[in-house]
Amino acid sequence: MIDLSTRYLGFKLRNPLVVSSLPLCKEIENLRRMEDAGASAVVLHSLFEEQINIESNELDRFLWDGSDVSAESATMFADLNYHLGPDGYLEHIRQAKQAISIPVIASLNGVSRGGWVRYARDMQQAGADAIELNVYFIPADPASSSEEIEKLYLDLVTEVRNTVSIPVAVKVGPYFSAFANMAQRLEAAGANGIVIFNRFYQPDFDLESLEVKSSLTLSTRGTLLLRLHWAAMLYGHIHSDIAITGGVHTAEDVVKSMMAGAKVTMLASALLEKGIDYLRPLRDSLEAWLEKNEYESIQQMQGSMSQQSVPNPKAFQRANYMKLLSQYAMK
Amino acid sequence: MNRIKVTIDGTEAAAYVAHKTNEVIAIYPITPSSPMAEFSDQWSAEGKPNIWGSVPQVMEMQSEGGAVAALHGALQGGSLATTFTSSQGLLLMIPNMYKIAGELTACVIHVAARAIAAQALSIFGDHQDVMAVRQTGWALLASNNVQEVMDTALIAQAASLESRVPFVHFFDGFRTSHEVSKVEQLTMEDMRAMVPEEFVRQHRLRSLSPDRPVLRGTAQNPDVYFQGRETVNPYYLAVPAILQKAMDRFAAIVGRQYKLFEYVGAADAERVVILMGSGCDVATETVNKLVSQGEKVGVLKVRLFRPFSAEHFIAELPSSVRSISVLDRTKEPGSSGEPLYQEVLTALAESLAAGKIGSMPRIVGGRYGLGSKEFTPAMVKGVFDDLAQAVPHNHFSLGINDDVTNNSIPYDPKFSTEDPGTVRALFFGLGADGTVGANKNSIKIIGEDTDNYAQGYFVYDSKKSGSITTSHLRFGPKPIHSSYLITRANFVACHQFGFLERINVLKNADEGAVFLLNSQYGKDEVWDKLPRPVQQQIISKKLQFYVIDGYSVAKETGMGQRINTIMQTCFFAISGVLPREEAIDAIKKAIKKTYGKRGESVIEKNFAAVDSTLANLFRVEVPAQTSSKVELRPPVPAQAPEFVQDVLAPMIFGVGDDLPVSKLPCDGTFPTGTAQWEKRNIALEIPSWDESLCIQCGKCSLVCPHAVIRGKVYSSDLLAGAPESFKSADAKWKNFAGMKFTIQVAPEDCTGCGLCVEACPSKSKSEAKHKAINMVPQPEIREREARNWDFFLNLPDAPREQLSLTQIKDVQLLRPLFEFSGACSGCGETPYIKLLTQLFGDRTIIANATGCSSIYGGNLPTAPYTINKDGRGVAWSNSLFEDNAEFGLGIRLSMDKNESYARELLVRLAAKLPEELVKAILNASQNGEAEIAAQRARVAQLKQALAGIDPQEASALLDIADMLVKKAVWIVGGDGWAYDIGYGGLDHVLASGRNVNILVLDTEVYSNTGGQASKATPRGAVAKFAAAGKSGPKKDLALLAANYPVYVARIALGANDVQTVKAFNEAEAYNGPSLILAYCHCIGQGYDLIHGLDQQKLAVQSGHWPLMRYNPDAKAGQPKFVLDSREPSIPLEQYIYNETRYTMLRQSDPEAAKELLGLAQQDVDNRWKRYEALARDSAAAATEATAAASVTSGD
Repeated sequence: MIDLSTRYLGFKLRNPLVVSSLPLCKEIENLRRMEDAGASAVVLHSLFEEQINIESNELDRFLWDGSDVSAESATMFADLNYHLGPDGYLEHIRQAKQAISIPVIASLNGVSRGGWVRYARDMQQAGADAIELNVYFIPADPASSSEEIEKLYLDLVTEVRNTVSIPVAVKVGPYFSAFANMAQRLEAAGANGIVIFNRFYQPDFDLESLEVKSSLTLSTRGTLLLRLHWAAMLYGHIHSDIAITGGVHTAEDVVKSMMAGAKVTMLASALLEKGIDYLRPLRDSLEAWLEKNEYESIQQMQGSMSQQSVPNPKAFQRANYMKLLSQYAMK
Repeated sequence: MNRIKVTIDGTEAAAYVAHKTNEVIAIYPITPSSPMAEFSDQWSAEGKPNIWGSVPQVMEMQSEGGAVAALHGALQGGSLATTFTSSQGLLLMIPNMYKIAGELTACVIHVAARAIAAQALSIFGDHQDVMAVRQTGWALLASNNVQEVMDTALIAQAASLESRVPFVHFFDGFRTSHEVSKVEQLTMEDMRAMVPEEFVRQHRLRSLSPDRPVLRGTAQNPDVYFQGRETVNPYYLAVPAILQKAMDRFAAIVGRQYKLFEYVGAADAERVVILMGSGCDVATETVNKLVSQGEKVGVLKVRLFRPFSAEHFIAELPSSVRSISVLDRTKEPGSSGEPLYQEVLTALAESLAAGKIGSMPRIVGGRYGLGSKEFTPAMVKGVFDDLAQAVPHNHFSLGINDDVTNNSIPYDPKFSTEDPGTVRALFFGLGADGTVGANKNSIKIIGEDTDNYAQGYFVYDSKKSGSITTSHLRFGPKPIHSSYLITRANFVACHQFGFLERINVLKNADEGAVFLLNSQYGKDEVWDKLPRPVQQQIISKKLQFYVIDGYSVAKETGMGQRINTIMQTCFFAISGVLPREEAIDAIKKAIKKTYGKRGESVIEKNFAAVDSTLANLFRVEVPAQTSSKVELRPPVPAQAPEFVQDVLAPMIFGVGDDLPVSKLPCDGTFPTGTAQWEKRNIALEIPSWDESLCIQCGKCSLVCPHAVIRGKVYSSDLLAGAPESFKSADAKWKNFAGMKFTIQVAPEDCTGCGLCVEACPSKSKSEAKHKAINMVPQPEIREREARNWDFFLNLPDAPREQLSLTQIKDVQLLRPLFEFSGACSGCGETPYIKLLTQLFGDRTIIANATGCSSIYGGNLPTAPYTINKDGRGVAWSNSLFEDNAEFGLGIRLSMDKNESYARELLVRLAAKLPEELVKAILNASQNGEAEIAAQRARVAQLKQALAGIDPQEASALLDIADMLVKKAVWIVGGDGWAYDIGYGGLDHVLASGRNVNILVLDTEVYSNTGGQASKATPRGAVAKFAAAGKSGPKKDLALLAANYPVYVARIALGANDVQTVKAFNEAEAYNGPSLILAYCHCIGQGYDLIHGLDQQKLAVQSGHWPLMRYNPDAKAGQPKFVLDSREPSIPLEQYIYNETRYTMLRQSDPEAAKELLGLAQQDVDNRWKRYEALARDSAAAATEATAAASVTSGD
């Protein structure tokens, strides 16, 4: 009997296939289908504090813009009772907890210190099993130093950690000067898990209209390589659980992730492309791969190809162009 | 019993009782009654129950005629039912009102009494509407103030149920309906105690039921109809006593005693005024003051006008009275006196004859307060003074200067009865800056957080962009019944610095008053920036002068352009109505209450604004002397025509009240082309042209809602004498090679919407954000560009016959004959109207349905429709809301008749005229610009030729010769008209086959009356009357119309401008009815209108607004039904969730939003399939026809 189970954020999961934070998670029915198809945990879509603020301010603005236009129209809309703010999201957590038995991880993207703390507390109260902090700063201000940016990350992890008792994972991007050190400091601040890596929105250009357009491309298998690289390097240097998100499409990708040292893989693009039911064959192929290659368990392979565990640890530290010299010299 | 005090307006007071004491409510929007319907709809949507614990059913109807019919049905069904209306709405109810009364059906409807459209429409208050139903058999019961509205609504309900006579409960539109006042709110127990269950039961038992069937609504013959009509007499005779009994019962329960007629004044009064409505409070205040000064005067307030109880009337009138002045707030031209006057006269004459009174007092009557004309204590005093004359005026007018019939009562406007203990505050703001909202909030704070009584009344000018609002706030320890505007303010706030040079802001400031100014200039520099008359008044009136830079505080605290909270905080800080800390707490509490449901960040930014305000509020040291050289700006330039100077300018300057009768046209006819003189300067930024980047496509001027950005092609030698800063480029037209081209902006007329920049496709290759059109600050370039604009206007227009009227860039060289309207900044409707005038304006008559387009098209002071260099332009008229299609058809019939008569006359005179000319005129096809121009030239020759003929023979043809030139009739209106109230007429006109063009400006909501749902409102959108999201789909008017042989096009300028122009041209060319449905972005949809064009694209791309044309006259081989947009390429949600009307449902009821989105997407999918099939079938039919034609012709 092959054991696909793994541990992540203190939970024993039946396999390493976790659904990443994605819009499909907005539907309770989808969450049920994910569980049925074999997902071992789900990360809900993100609660964006900025979006809440924008929605509030837009609503306020447009209710106002239509007001006092003339003596005939002092208002343009009926003023309703809105469920702005986190209410809808928190209700979703409650419903998710009732609908499925696998762990429900809430995802939070804040913009203000107060927002991070307030909403994390709300999520715990609503019944989330864990929280994934989806940290999404674009450090565009030339006046902000890397130290300041890093401190922002660490402060908010500390504050959330001090606010909630449930496990907290931090999802970050790869753009740190010293990511290994940063990962350790995130762990020290209280992160139970490090999720690598966020894929940032990357603007594209429309050459016809000369406008910036949004580009939300799905990940490819190539996306995985950067994650494997860093999981393998972090493994053993931090005690927090590593989760890989981005570029996981096949059972082989899952295997590689486990071997690099991840505890779980998070699936997004694969499910968007192939549907929720893809979890089923994915899980089966994973099991088949282990069986064919005579592995007994997932845990057996976790970290087996990490930097610590491979014969040529320097392979993870070389920069790209050196391979042009001699492939043998690289070994 | 402890009743809570609430600070509400008259509509809320009426709706509160109506909603609690009824089961079915039929509604339709009309100003100023609409809020009553809106409250009812919202309360039912929120599940608020009536006094029987059940939620009333509220149903929007297609017109007031529909509402009253549904009311009739609901009453016959045994429900307690009501409706709300005003003005023309009440008039539309008249036929059914006879039925409801004739059948003795208990019911109360609530009317915010309003003027009737006669020489002009007026949305404002008087009694013309209720007096027009006095013959229907309904009791007419008046309320005089907000408290009375709530109380009387309940008393009327009780009296109607007992008497079986239906009641019109009315109160003055705006003055009472929209006055915010602190009142005691009736409890559920009060209402239960007043509405007798036994009479409710009897009402139900009289209903139609198959379980106890009856026949009602028979046709009666000459033998019995008369007797039948007389059967109701006892019921009417009983009404006064029943009503007084209900008033007495109310007094026992609530403590406020009312009477059918109520006298206030000296017990031994010799002079008495008699009137109804809000004027009673004004008269009471005046009488109290005069009596305290020893005068023997009094006022008799009439509450029950019909049935008029002479007995109660005589009993209430002091026997000492020697002379009576009856004031009617209505006008009945040709009558021997207005209705109240006649009732009083009759009652007294009959009483004298019957020996019930000993002598006949002198009785005079007159009119006051029509269309919300101010009615003040000074005027009441004038009436009393007049009554003291040996021969008082009779059939007079009051409050105006009638210098035509010379029968106005003079009065001294300085006379005042203001209570020194009442604080009187005046605020001048912009519609968009939140001033009115803030003041409503302040009134609530004062009313609900202090022991003070409070009153708020709000005045708007007639523009929808940059409108000036004036808020009149009173508060103090005594109840406030001063239902007139403040003329002696002890607090004046001017929220816009620019007003200081436009209007006399300090005119009504009392000596020693506080003056608060929102100023970009600080306390040390502001003085020198003030116009001299403002400085003068500050000094002479010893004003305490404060400044704050509200816009800076707003910007810093995230409030954007909204200074409401900031100025409100200043008011509380300076006025001292509450201790400062307490005031701040109260404001914050109010912010939480008002905006709490909009989210935390909204509260936080408002709190931040409050906290930052006090540190930025400064008192200004006032010098002893004026120093400024700046004078108030003349309202219109010196070169404006005489009529504009004499008549329109005073209106613009805010002193239209001073215009005498002789200055006004007697038949409501005004010159066009007057908006050009009203330089409003409301844009902070205006477009600037970069000629080096411009590709001269014309899109900027095509989309401009206010016709302020225009292009001209002209000969380069005309640049001689151009201002130095005047820009030009080589014209990029083949047929204008070697000529020059200029895009010029009218800097003082632009509203700064930015749509032109959005539409501009040309971007700099080195900096993408820089386009051929860019917004720049207005003040720095205003004068320079004004000179350029004047120069530009004098350049000749391109010859029409050399332009291709299917090309946007050519069309934009046509002079717009619709310019500078008061429409909203960024309006989505006006570009279509402007285009219409460019294409056909010099030969068009527009019949305009009431709505936004009739307001920005025809609301005084100035007219946006204008004339070309030959003096020709659009002739425009607004008949009503409901009848516009028929009105337009009538115009067409007349045009056709005139033309055919002219042709007949021409034939008759042919022998005396040049043969070739006559023949050419009679045979002219007049297709296209060149042929029309040729015909016009021929008609000019004809007129010359006619001059040489015996005038007796020639004059008839001379009078109508112009009718030989093709005329276009355009019927224009919004979706409320076309889809709802006017649909029956529209359908008939479409079926008529006559050559009219119908332009429906579809904003998908009743925009003008404040956003109520129409049948054009899409499924899932929130609107008033559809607070839970509209559940049904939008009506497909295009397909309905295409059942007839009519031309139909659905267009969206922002999505496909070429198709838009094509549709206009085809519609005009089609010799039969044409219908154009134009997508119009609107503030009622809830997004920044700078994205209006993008939203139009998305509406088309999502399939919500498929572009199509149906042309029954399509050329052989061409399909009649053509789709001009592609298969939907984006999901509906990608379009709709940019708009608040949709997102607010997602935020208030996500489940419903989801369900309605699903259904709406299905609507789109299904419609597309249907359209695709029609287009396919049509194409196939065209191909078959071509093939058949080939076979027949043997090709």
